[in-house]
Amino acid sequence: METYPRPRLEPNYRLPEEELLKPGHMACPGCGASLAMRLALKALGKNTIVVIPACCWSIIAGPFPYSSLDVPLYHTAFETAGSLSSGIAAALKVLGREDVTVMAWAGDGGTFDIGLQALSGAAERNDNFIYVCYDNEAYMNTGIQRSSATPWLAWTTTTPADKPKEEPKKDIIAIMAAHRIPYVATATVGYPDDLEMKFRKAKAIKGTRFIHIFSPCPPGWRTESKDSIKLARLAVQSKVFPLLEVEHGERWRITVWPEKFVPVREYLKLQGRFRHLTDEQIEIIQRNVDQAWEKLLKLAGENVRESSPCA
Amino acid sequence: MKKVITGNRAVAYGAKLSRVQVIAAYPITPQTTIIEYLADLCASGELKAEFIKVESEHSALAACVGASVTGARTFTATSGQGLLLMHEIIHWAAGARLPVVMAVVNRAIAPGWNIWTEQNDTLSQRDTGWMQFYTESNQEVLDTVIQAYKVAERVSLPAMVILDAFVLSHTSEIVDIPPQEMVDEYLPPYQPQYKLDVDDPKAFGGLVYPADWTELRYKIQQAHQQAIEVAREADREYGELFGRSYGLVEKYPQDEAEVILVTSGTVTSTARDVIDHWRARGQKVSLLKVRLFRPFPVEDLRRALEGAEKVAVIDRNFSFGHGGIFAQEIKSALYMNSHRPTLFSFIAGLGGRDITPATVEKVLNYTVSRDRPEEEAIWIDLKK
Repeated sequence: METYPRPRLEPNYRLPEEELLKPGHMACPGCGASLAMRLALKALGKNTIVVIPACCWSIIAGPFPYSSLDVPLYHTAFETAGSLSSGIAAALKVLGREDVTVMAWAGDGGTFDIGLQALSGAAERNDNFIYVCYDNEAYMNTGIQRSSATPWLAWTTTTPADKPKEEPKKDIIAIMAAHRIPYVATATVGYPDDLEMKFRKAKAIKGTRFIHIFSPCPPGWRTESKDSIKLARLAVQSKVFPLLEVEHGERWRITVWPEKFVPVREYLKLQGRFRHLTDEQIEIIQRNVDQAWEKLLKLAGENVRESSPCA
Repeated sequence: MKKVITGNRAVAYGAKLSRVQVIAAYPITPQTTIIEYLADLCASGELKAEFIKVESEHSALAACVGASVTGARTFTATSGQGLLLMHEIIHWAAGARLPVVMAVVNRAIAPGWNIWTEQNDTLSQRDTGWMQFYTESNQEVLDTVIQAYKVAERVSLPAMVILDAFVLSHTSEIVDIPPQEMVDEYLPPYQPQYKLDVDDPKAFGGLVYPADWTELRYKIQQAHQQAIEVAREADREYGELFGRSYGLVEKYPQDEAEVILVTSGTVTSTARDVIDHWRARGQKVSLLKVRLFRPFPVEDLRRALEGAEKVAVIDRNFSFGHGGIFAQEIKSALYMNSHRPTLFSFIAGLGGRDITPATVEKVLNYTVSRDRPEEEAIWIDLKK
């Protein structure tokens, strides 16, 4: 089984200056998904084709005849990011253009829910593209309806505070790791250097690569725009969203050992979507998060300490 | 080179001779052997194509859209339920103006399960913007796949090549397989005007406001109008090179007739035989085969049906709540004529029930023996 060296960021590493996400895009202030795209394209470079199914990014990218991306972009149907990207990758192969990276860029609805079949099909075939899920934990483009990525007890417009979401968030990382694709990773805009490294690493690997980006959404989470980066960091520090990678479904590694750990309450209290939670419910969430973290430590095993102190 | 092959193998040969570059398909009876043959051709290296063995028909066509917009000649095939699962992307491929060619083996729609021939699957895709060719023989199947690429790439529209389940798909006939170099001469490599290109980055399919939408739809209609002449020319050129052409519609025999029977698909072959017998008895009956259904060659139909007193349409399909679909289409095509023949609409052969010479006899006998039909649609051999 092939192993992939972790690209180390050189000291004083600076992000590439080239901006492939241009000004004039239509993202909300504080949108994690727009910053994530900016960072991802910096890592992947100009030789990239982007595929966007129905999601916030269908709007962010700009209406016909405009585009805020300086790379080729295909807007596609909601559930087809996986299948359509397979077709592009096959065409690039037959046309002798395998130097071009294909990046599917879908929200949590398009990934966890309606697009899961096409994604699973592509991953099972190990088709050659990077699939990115920017996860803002609900159907935000249609106005904050629950998805299977919405956390337990969160408010959305279809899970009102009187009867918030009763099911836990779907474990998409376990699902993708179970496909034994060469590379699965989590990332967030709160840790841009880690995100950058993962995209550079993914770019060098052939086959299906899956990157799950935790992506704060001020209108959907009922948070302040200025808190998006803070929330992304708190999600990692509270163990709600560990930064990890999995190679071939087997080698699990925690890539960022937070500089400090914080109680989950610190993360929840900044968000209006959790305003209705009782102390007892927060305690249960804390226990769930701790249990998931212990499970992850077991999976990562000796690789835990390989993680970089990423401040 | 002449071979005795099934319709499904003729489809595969047509795709191979067209040098398709990306295939994405999902098996469904009665289409399955098409993709088995293609898998063999790809595995042996006879066909240098990427074959994506997708997990559904929806993904099959989405993958074709992706491959096509990247600049590859793409192919898929399906039937019945599979075609219906594709429906969203069927619209998409046409709206995106991509020259994907798809073979569809007509199959009845469930429930209950029925794997046999009926046209409701393809006809329920009528308004998607795809071209539709209905074929009569395995030779026509092969020739039409090649012609379909020629037309599709010229007008930037996708095309379905449609054949009857089992009657063609699994029945062997002698088919002349043209040499590759002649097909290459007829069908040059695909050169898209627009594609996903890192050296010339463009966005495709973004949000369109009402201010521009109508014009984009109108351009699809313009392409369809253009496709009628392009298809005619592609068929004529094919005839010059290969000695076989089919027309957009075919009148058999060509001369004046009081009664004209209208058919599509394999019913046509059966009807030819019956017409020959009626002609031999001195009856002034003719046959009109509709090969191109979308775009609908209205002028050709008007000319072909001119002078007829009665037109009898056999539909192997039905639009619930109205009638046979070819019959409705022909009625609407004739509406502006000053002299309109009386139209008899017959429903026959649904779900693979055989349309035999006796069935066609019944249709003709009913038509010649009455001034007007007694019902909007006459269901032949209906058990009551």
